[in-house]
Amino acid sequence: MPTSLILVQLFNGLQFGVLLFLVAAGLTLVFGVMDFINLAHGVQYMLGAYLAVAFYRLTGSFFAAAALALPASLLFGLVLEVVVLRRLYARDHLEQVLATFGVILFLNQGVKIVWGAAPLNMGLPELLSGSVPLIEGLRYPVYRFAIIGVGLAVAGGLYVFVNHTRLGMLVRAGASNAAMISALGVDIKRLFTIVFGFGAMLAGLAGIMVAPILSVEPGMGDQVLILAFVVIVIGGIGSIRGAFVAALLVGVIDTLGRSFLTDALRLVLPPSPARVIGPALASMAIYLLMAAILALRPAGLFPAKGRA
Amino acid sequence: MLASVRIAGLAAAQWQALAFEERLATGLFLPLALLPVAAQVLGGYLLVIGERAMILGIAALSLQFLIGVAGLISFGHAAFLGIGAYAAGILASHGYGTLALALPAAILSCALFALLTGSIAVRTRGVYFIMITLAFGQMAFFVATSLAPYGGDDGLTWPSRTLAFGTRVLKTETVFYYVALASLGGVYVLMGRLVGSRFGRVLRGLTDNERRMEAIGFAPYPYRLAAYVMAGATCGLAGFLLGNEVEFVSPAYMHWQRSGELILMVLLGGSGTRYGPIVGAIVYLLLEESLARFTEHWKVILGPLLVVLVLFGRGGIAGIVERWRLGELSLVTLWAASTTAARTQRERVMRGLRRAEAMGAGVLDRTIPRAKASAAAFAARWRQCTMSVGEAVVSLVLSVERSISTAIARWRRR
Repeated sequence: MPTSLILVQLFNGLQFGVLLFLVAAGLTLVFGVMDFINLAHGVQYMLGAYLAVAFYRLTGSFFAAAALALPASLLFGLVLEVVVLRRLYARDHLEQVLATFGVILFLNQGVKIVWGAAPLNMGLPELLSGSVPLIEGLRYPVYRFAIIGVGLAVAGGLYVFVNHTRLGMLVRAGASNAAMISALGVDIKRLFTIVFGFGAMLAGLAGIMVAPILSVEPGMGDQVLILAFVVIVIGGIGSIRGAFVAALLVGVIDTLGRSFLTDALRLVLPPSPARVIGPALASMAIYLLMAAILALRPAGLFPAKGRA
Repeated sequence: MLASVRIAGLAAAQWQALAFEERLATGLFLPLALLPVAAQVLGGYLLVIGERAMILGIAALSLQFLIGVAGLISFGHAAFLGIGAYAAGILASHGYGTLALALPAAILSCALFALLTGSIAVRTRGVYFIMITLAFGQMAFFVATSLAPYGGDDGLTWPSRTLAFGTRVLKTETVFYYVALASLGGVYVLMGRLVGSRFGRVLRGLTDNERRMEAIGFAPYPYRLAAYVMAGATCGLAGFLLGNEVEFVSPAYMHWQRSGELILMVLLGGSGTRYGPIVGAIVYLLLEESLARFTEHWKVILGPLLVVLVLFGRGGIAGIVERWRLGELSLVTLWAASTTAARTQRERVMRGLRRAEAMGAGVLDRTIPRAKASAAAFAARWRQCTMSVGEAVVSLVLSVERSISTAIARWRRR
């Protein structure tokens, strides 16, 4: 197998992992602080992508579209929180799952009504549409590098925000004992709204960034949502650091497995069973990873501190 | 004529003699048993809907055992529907589609999958369990889509329904209907026995207070794992029947939204009872059927309905029945609740009105005359508006309530 191909797939995996991190970060923050399991988080990713396409058609510029879609998805997250989700924080997980499942059904179908069931596309921005030479005779698209760059920047920003700002301190305190910081005079309701809106915006950002390279269609958020669940279970629920490590792990393993597992199996198996088992095993790979990690560490790689 | 009256009298006497639980079961299963007769008159599609409802009822019942009794919220239960149907379908595609092989294969493969995934999933609790079962369900889904020899994404068409004792008797729709009904009845009885057994009571104890149960010597893990395997195997039976009904199986059976629908059926019916999930499955199918006839975008209506169900419908249909039975929910209490709501609404409106008038009259007087004028206009408009619609309704409700309560008071004094 050529090294260059592996390198390309490694970068693809990294890019996928970074996107997963953006979705998982919001999910794990919301769960950590509010003990709220939000299935509707994937829909916010989908909506980010749709908003980007809509604004792109309006303005004709990717950057303008991104600049408009980001606050729009923040706004949408806040509206969703105030109208529906806020009423669910005190309920048990089963009811939260069912209600946010209802939100998913509604929004997936709503998107279909507004924009149609057919997948939408949008162009790459001029500035980022080229490719750069990676090594001799191998080029890699600039746009994917840009995604990796933005994702890593957000991860760094989140690290600083959570560990070195006052609001971040409240978030960490809320994650370990929400009732206590409420008793100490922090407006917990407002903190919840801020955290939720922020998480929705991160998911929206991921959606905006994939809009030019994936087809934008109803239900595109569901698959990402489930992978984000896998990520935060592996990383430890409530832990941003865990989400980061696990997202990259899942992204890389999933991508590499899909590209190379069939060929690798061919080395040890005859071709026809390899062709059947390869794809099946590749699609199972991350779930097996999750199972293995949970068998060793039931609370994930980096369990959030102060959580029973 | 006389005979029929006598039969009716006997039936009424029998009904009186039944306990509440038995009445529920009779009220549920008797109409189901009579449905094929009605289908003769009203059309064969009733039979198909009935079959589907009973099969999904089995699946929902097994999920209710997990959620309501063992306290394990599984979000990957649809995987068992698919695995059961795939096991029987794959055997059938190789020419082994007989009842003696396909049914045990469906149930055992589900039990095996439950044992493998459960041994990891059951180690965790709460939200971890939800996410892990969801992930394992998704894993099963993707494995099914990559099963190229068995149709992959497009699904697998069975050569025929399962052969029972070497005959094609299951091909007859009425026979298959009663087989499904018998399966549902069997599972219903079995679940009742299971919940009442020592095993079931230990499970409930673990759900109520795990620490106390551990202190008196019960390890949670084996009990919960056994419950998970049993529920999975039971759902495998439902999968076997579902595949038989349409002679087809596809990865869509295992889609995670299916798992969500199963949870919905359990909660819609009421997760604390055995009849709840069956009622939930029936109501859900009827809801889907009628909403889909109304608009192709029926999920836009279903979604908000779910949210409303969660926010206001505590305990589902079974909860309403239970409250009615205990007398908490009667017309009188409903009426009292609505009048209280009307009164608080009226108070809220009056308060807003006073505030707007105060703003118009006093506070803004010295500052900005323009704002004062607009506030006054706003207050006037509000008064007009509320007087016209809201006030009218509220005052009507209140006057009726007043007259009723004075009538009751007069009657009491007598």
